[in-house]
Amino acid sequence: MATLPRTRPRNRRLVSRNTVAGWSFILPNFLGFAVLTLLPVVVLFYVAFTNWNVFGVAEWTGTANFRRMWDDASFWTALRNTVYYAVFHIPLTLAAALGLALLLNRKLRGVRFFRTVAFFPYITSIVAIAVVWNQLFSPEYGPINALLGAVGVDDPPGWTASSTWSMPAVIIVGTWRYMGYYMLLFLAGLQTIPAQLYEAAETDGASPWQRFVHVTLPGLRTTTFFVTVLLTIESFKVFDLILVMTGGGPGQSTLVLSQYIYQKGFEENQFGYASAVSIVLFAICFGITVIQFWVNKRRNS
Amino acid sequence: MTATDLSTPVPAIAAPGNHATSARRVRSRGWRLVGYVALVLAAAGLLLPFFWMVVTSLKTNNDVFTIPITWLPDPVVWRNYLDIWQRSDMTTWLRNTLLLAVIVTFLQVLTGSFAAYGFARVRFPGRNLLFLAYVGTIAVPWQSYMIPQFILMSKLHLSNTLWSIVAIQAFGAIGVFLMKQFYETIPEELSEAARVDGLSEFGIYRRIILPLSRPALASLALLTFTTTWNDYLGPLIYLRSPELRTIQLGLNTFISQYNAEYALIMTGSVLSVLPVAVIFLLGQRYFVEGVASTGLKG
Repeated sequence: MATLPRTRPRNRRLVSRNTVAGWSFILPNFLGFAVLTLLPVVVLFYVAFTNWNVFGVAEWTGTANFRRMWDDASFWTALRNTVYYAVFHIPLTLAAALGLALLLNRKLRGVRFFRTVAFFPYITSIVAIAVVWNQLFSPEYGPINALLGAVGVDDPPGWTASSTWSMPAVIIVGTWRYMGYYMLLFLAGLQTIPAQLYEAAETDGASPWQRFVHVTLPGLRTTTFFVTVLLTIESFKVFDLILVMTGGGPGQSTLVLSQYIYQKGFEENQFGYASAVSIVLFAICFGITVIQFWVNKRRNS
Repeated sequence: MTATDLSTPVPAIAAPGNHATSARRVRSRGWRLVGYVALVLAAAGLLLPFFWMVVTSLKTNNDVFTIPITWLPDPVVWRNYLDIWQRSDMTTWLRNTLLLAVIVTFLQVLTGSFAAYGFARVRFPGRNLLFLAYVGTIAVPWQSYMIPQFILMSKLHLSNTLWSIVAIQAFGAIGVFLMKQFYETIPEELSEAARVDGLSEFGIYRRIILPLSRPALASLALLTFTTTWNDYLGPLIYLRSPELRTIQLGLNTFISQYNAEYALIMTGSVLSVLPVAVIFLLGQRYFVEGVASTGLKG
């Protein structure tokens, strides 16, 4: 009781000293972060309601951009294509990454070498990747169709030259590129599962499949959750791979939301309208993440 | 928590017969074989594009697409690696990219590790809310705010300068996450002891924490360098003048300019990938640890 009045001011001094110290550590990074990330996000919600153009003369136009978007067939095509990409890219990458991680988690020779190999596509630049795969996918002389022909496929797909097959081609390359990255996350997750659980399951006579379902999958729940969140965002923002590989074509067959924003903003200088489309992208990524966090929390409790 | 349920029941018969063990051994050998086959197939699939890239970069242009496919260059055209320097501005592109990557990496490591210390080790009101702002941006792709960011950069007269790339890359949240994650594994008692000895917070960071976090700093530096080196979209939007082009931007203009020079395009690709590949192979451990710790932030 007697010490209380004495500790209070000292405590307050400590708090203010810590506040100064804390802020001075954070400030250099935070300044850049605030000006280049937080501020643009806030400004986005203003520009989307204006007819901002290249001259920077903007009038408040209310919901005009959004009404225009509603009737814009290209916007819906871009949205549909983005969902198409995500719906295939997410489960394929998830399965491939988990499969590779399970493979690498066993005591086999050459595992270290393979881990290097699997991560390599992820550190290679998009431009190089896109141009190599375009050659591999070349419909008439490319090695992929030569291989398919050798296996007995009479009418191999036209890949990036065909509006039906261009999206599958992009999905294949996207999966190839990112599976090594998510594999590493799964590997880290697998190493947190105690070995005793597997031993106990084995003495109980559990088959490899049962061990996978009842030990591995529950043990990986947190990892799977994070991988899914990251993968979802990564899929919906897909841009550079498509831009370099197909340019959105043929026609609009691989046009995605990010690219549509780029077209409207940087090619046609309609910053207002492009911002309205950006808000849709923002809402999808943010919304899905919040829902995933919410579902995960409910399942955990 | 089905996993823990499995460990509770006590096995009724602990010792399986000889017969069962040998059967299991045969089966496990079979599984090993399947594992190796899968490993080799997956490695082949992952490496094929790189193999094609290197092989094609050493072919004559007419030998690239042949029926049947030639998997080894014959004759080996080393000349491609000389020609590319004459037919493109490779030197300028590489110089710009190297300059950017070094500056960005330096700033990111400096400001990121500094800010992370504030978040990990100094307790002050509003800290968690501030950190939440950083975490929240994981869910906000750059593509969704590139338009207003570009408007702001133009107002600051930074667009079409190399500084624009420095600005958009150097203050990312990844450095803060990675370093914070690492600092939290350093025992608090170390800082506590230093505080008793009268060291300031900055002194603790400088003299105690920083020397201990070399591996994490290496991870961050390598990841940042690679990201900046590989960035295509930032330069695409901000760098309009040809003399400012980075390697990715330059390579892409080269591809659209000489779109039928298949072999030479691959030569350029190999050169653009090579520096990152070398860095990756040398610092692989740091890459892997960096990814594993930023990917699993809680």
